[in-house]
Amino acid sequence: MAVSEVRGEAASGTLYYRHTLPVRIMHWINVIALTVLLMSGLNIFNAHPTLNWGKSSYDGLPAVLEIGAVQGAEGVPIGITRVFGHQFVTTGFLGASKDQGGELAVRAFPWWLTIPDNQWLSMARRWHLFFAWVFVINGLCYVAYSALSRHLTRDLAPTSPELRTIGQSIVDHLKFKHPSGEAAKRYNVLQKLAYLAVIFVLLPLIILMGMAMSPWLDSLWPGWIDVVGGRQSARTIHFVVAWLLVAFVLMHVFEVIVSGFWNHLRSMITGRFRIVTEEAHETKH
Amino acid sequence: MKPSIELPRRQFIRATFGAAASLLLAGCEKLSQTEWFPRLLGSGESLNQKVHGVLGGRRAMAQEFSPADLSPDFRSNGTSVPDNPRYQAMAANGFADYQLKVEGLVEKPSTFSLAQLRELLSRTQITRHDCVEGWSAIGKWKGVKLSAVLNAVQPKSDARFVVFHCADPMEPQGASPYYESIDMDDATHEQTILAYELNDKTLPVQNGAPIRLRVERQLGYKHAKYIMRIEVVSSFEKIAGGNGGYWEDNGYEWYAGI
Repeated sequence: MAVSEVRGEAASGTLYYRHTLPVRIMHWINVIALTVLLMSGLNIFNAHPTLNWGKSSYDGLPAVLEIGAVQGAEGVPIGITRVFGHQFVTTGFLGASKDQGGELAVRAFPWWLTIPDNQWLSMARRWHLFFAWVFVINGLCYVAYSALSRHLTRDLAPTSPELRTIGQSIVDHLKFKHPSGEAAKRYNVLQKLAYLAVIFVLLPLIILMGMAMSPWLDSLWPGWIDVVGGRQSARTIHFVVAWLLVAFVLMHVFEVIVSGFWNHLRSMITGRFRIVTEEAHETKH
Repeated sequence: MKPSIELPRRQFIRATFGAAASLLLAGCEKLSQTEWFPRLLGSGESLNQKVHGVLGGRRAMAQEFSPADLSPDFRSNGTSVPDNPRYQAMAANGFADYQLKVEGLVEKPSTFSLAQLRELLSRTQITRHDCVEGWSAIGKWKGVKLSAVLNAVQPKSDARFVVFHCADPMEPQGASPYYESIDMDDATHEQTILAYELNDKTLPVQNGAPIRLRVERQLGYKHAKYIMRIEVVSSFEKIAGGNGGYWEDNGYEWYAGI
């Protein structure tokens, strides 16, 4: 199969219209928005590379995460990352990393992970707060579209028979066994649950925790952010959820690669996903 | 699958993503340096300000805390000692000669000594200070309500902003003194005070002595320290860089509610 794709030969099987145009457009807008939000967010984080739990940063509790540097021999910085007080040397990536000129410099996250690449808080905030709107409006459109077009109930909501096959689905995933034929037209149960968790838990949570950091939005209902422990807790959750989303994306891209990269990529661009059936194999021309 | 076929593809994918990533980074860098793109990004700011205005009233109150929440040490940020001989002489004398000038679009331009400010209506509040960098500290502030000062000088009908001129130069040789501005809604808000006490003690120099602004619901850089002069204006376009504040002139948003 891979051979025929590389050579560009006519593919076997039938093309199935899998992703509608609105879903495809919103998917790619989301790719851009989340990438910019992550990278500009890391630039903002670099301005104060410490995460605390509580209402303020100075409530006496040790930091959840602290990225910094100490001066080593001959003035060469050593990157130090502390997680719940446990200290790790992370020179080269966290705390101290090579700048564009190849010199080791003090910096929480390295330049190639941030927008803009140099430490520039005001510009990073502009990128972040603008793309936050792109992301939120796109997300609202997606939820509205999914509900109205029945994408949500038809494609994303797992049925109860499906829910009973979670165990089998986990085994299939671990064995890289991918559905073919009719079953390949649908999302599998783990995929559905992962998408639903991201769409209805992680994404709303990261937006809410971002809003919790706004002193003005806090005043709409004074004390609402104490539900999660306060503003610094909200900042910590915002950061952790961002990395959970990165983990999701890595998993998502991994699954896309192992279950037919070009087929999936095509289906998210043109909408057409190739289904290989037993019949198609036999009547191959 | 033979490795000979798999390898070029893997290399191709790696090269594609590598190229895409560096294009993305270089592109973002170029865009940040243009004039039009940051301005486009800045439209997010006005959207925030408008939506915030619609969502909640101008009178919404910032959260207030209990003494148990106080940060043990309220850290100093920005300037900790203004590099200004006149200020330092005044500080050495315990601000006995301090006079706050209030002028601009007001019926009765006036000056106030610290004793006079203490006689006006005051407010005490335990609030959280949120720095644009990301940290927060909780302190107890006491100060004269800015609305009481404004009532005394009577702003004219075309007054739209209150500008705070400060004693701390942000650049060498006394250049670029710090300044900030807020609109009349914030200026007359219940919690907007000119603080002269922090945690039941006279406001220390490192936190903005003799008076600093508290404009809860906005980020730390709006809370001007070392205020020497208050100017009521209809527009801040002609002041310094024209963006309404020292940090605003350096690319930060004027609306600091988020």
